[in-house]
Amino acid sequence: MSTHQPPMQQAPAAAPAWQAAPGGDRPGYSSPIPVVRTHLGHALASEWTKIKSVRSTMWTLGVFVLLVVGIGLLAGVAVRGSGDLSGQSPLTLGFFGLLIGIMCVITLGVLTTASEYGTGMIRTTTTACPSRGRVLAAKAIVFFALAFVVTLAVVSFVAMVQASMLEGQGAKSPSTEEWLKATLGISLYVALLGLLSLLVGSMIRHSAGAITIMIGAVLAPLVIALFMNASSLEKVQRALLEYSIPSQMGVFYDNTLSHSGPSGWEPLWIMLGVTAAAYAAAYALLQSRDV
Amino acid sequence: MIEAVGLTKRYGDKTAVHNLSFQVRPGAVTGFLGPNGSGKSTTMRMILGLDNPTSGQVTIGGYPYRRLPNAPRQVGALLDAKAVHGGRSARSHLLSLAQLSGIPARRVDEVLGVVGLQEVAKKRSKGFSLGMGQRLGIAAALLGDPQVLLFDEPVNGLDPEGILWVRNLMKALAAEGRTVFVSSHLMSEMALTADHLIVIGRGQLLADMSVTEFISANSADFARVRTPDTEPQLREKLSSALTEAGGHVLPEQDGALRVTGLPLPRISDLAHEADVRLWELSPHQASLEEAYMRMTQGAVDYRSTIDQKTGLQQPLPPGTQPPMPVPGQGQPGWYAPPPPQQGGHPFAMPAPSGPYGGAPAGAYGAPGAGAPNPYAAPAAQAPQAQQAPPAQPPVAAPPAPAAAPAQSAPAAPAADPTQPEDAR
Repeated sequence: MSTHQPPMQQAPAAAPAWQAAPGGDRPGYSSPIPVVRTHLGHALASEWTKIKSVRSTMWTLGVFVLLVVGIGLLAGVAVRGSGDLSGQSPLTLGFFGLLIGIMCVITLGVLTTASEYGTGMIRTTTTACPSRGRVLAAKAIVFFALAFVVTLAVVSFVAMVQASMLEGQGAKSPSTEEWLKATLGISLYVALLGLLSLLVGSMIRHSAGAITIMIGAVLAPLVIALFMNASSLEKVQRALLEYSIPSQMGVFYDNTLSHSGPSGWEPLWIMLGVTAAAYAAAYALLQSRDV
Repeated sequence: MIEAVGLTKRYGDKTAVHNLSFQVRPGAVTGFLGPNGSGKSTTMRMILGLDNPTSGQVTIGGYPYRRLPNAPRQVGALLDAKAVHGGRSARSHLLSLAQLSGIPARRVDEVLGVVGLQEVAKKRSKGFSLGMGQRLGIAAALLGDPQVLLFDEPVNGLDPEGILWVRNLMKALAAEGRTVFVSSHLMSEMALTADHLIVIGRGQLLADMSVTEFISANSADFARVRTPDTEPQLREKLSSALTEAGGHVLPEQDGALRVTGLPLPRISDLAHEADVRLWELSPHQASLEEAYMRMTQGAVDYRSTIDQKTGLQQPLPPGTQPPMPVPGQGQPGWYAPPPPQQGGHPFAMPAPSGPYGGAPAGAYGAPGAGAPNPYAAPAAQAPQAQQAPPAQPPVAAPPAPAAAPAQSAPAAPAADPTQPEDAR
């Protein structure tokens, strides 16, 4: 009947254009929009737009700031009331809030990559930028910068407030290196930990799975070590205690469980090595796997 | 220009796409058809470099996608509508893509206008309907103003106005000299949109030809001839006359005849010679849908069966009719009913006692025959339908003596408009 007439009539009309079109070469259409050769800068701008336009960023970082500032100030107030710091550095008190706060950074890191897989956005992204390595690099840079800046700001604020609160309460005044470690050092460490989460998210491609793995990696060694009482396992127990992530974070505050593990800035180099290895693995998987 | 050569994709031991070779040329809308699970989306993903082919390759303008310079400015794609982060607003989503591709930000507002989403640009896409999601996906595809466009099921979830818009958009894009590659499982949609067809089934190429070629290769034109229902003997007479003259005659369900192999004037002459009056003599072309169904019949992976509800049914109280089968459920020969304007008869038929009231009354209204299955019948009489289903649904039909003749006779004309006229 008549409904199928239109294609009948169109097909012959379309045929000449079809045949006239050059076979292998680029066809006639060219866009009036100027073509720009894209580079990492474009990907960075794009990732910045992405990370700031989802609510999870605001929520995770908001909770992070609340936890670190809130717990840090509460600890300061509590210690100030008793006044028995007995020569310890007041910066140590910033550690507790951060211990819980890293969960937020881990979550945000994982979500930055894994949520793209969960929503299917990764296919849109990879179509718009077939250079997958560039996308991963842009994500890593944007997330690391954001996590570092936020952590540095919050940790520095808490450290300064605590130092001023506890002045003249028997606390020793921290040296420049202690200041650096408790602000710059720990911020770099936390941002690297978040970056590691981002890379794990890219490898696991599942938000809940990657978050579980990261939280397990942070907590499990310490918890296992606590119950490892057999004497033959003493070395294992000690290694788990000393190299668990909370202990390594404690190094930046000179607040460790033992005195033989990593010290000074060593945890930062350990984390840097682990993250670099994870980056290489995530990059290789991203290049070879189907999206 | 998209060119696939020997494209193969295996997932474990399941072959999704097998040795697929085709070309998609600029300046035309190329339809990519196949049943669910036939490998359309996998092929699309391989074209876009998202999946790596197990063997073979596919290039756009001579380059594999992942090595294409300025890829987002050359190729735009709508893969699936929900490939967006639901928590991000439509505008932010498009802005991030524009930034990634080096496209000026004002282009984002342009494409939002093109797809008609300006009003909800600041809303989170989580709350979008399927149709709005499709529009957002189309906006993303158009963002780079590319010369090659891929759309995977673009009309899914769109309202009729949206479908018309997409149809015209595809044609307009192709008319500008772009390569437009559209996948769909709706043949009727492709019939209105595409110039060229690539049909796959079970990951293998079934056809690669223009729409006209596709139809003529897959179906013969035929004439429908209707003799007065009041005189069945005229029908027999005409049938034998036509068969003698070398025509091929098939009776249709409602009493008409389907004639192939004879031109219309010749049929008219033969009828005149045989002294048979004609109520209808009309040329027909088998629909694209019909040709497509026949072609892919052996390649359908997911086929529904009748919901038997064995042992779960209450015995029907006496005097009630067994339920009508749900159209399209478990009927292999089923295909989409035609749009309303095609459903009825082309000519005004003389009174309700015409083609429905007379001869077919027995078929529809026989006591104990159960509910008529308006969909099974055309398949039964169409010679190409291999799995002609039993004419009756296997619903245990208790005899309904009081109901049958009285109730089902009026029901018959009501059921008829949904009957697919496979001769559209």
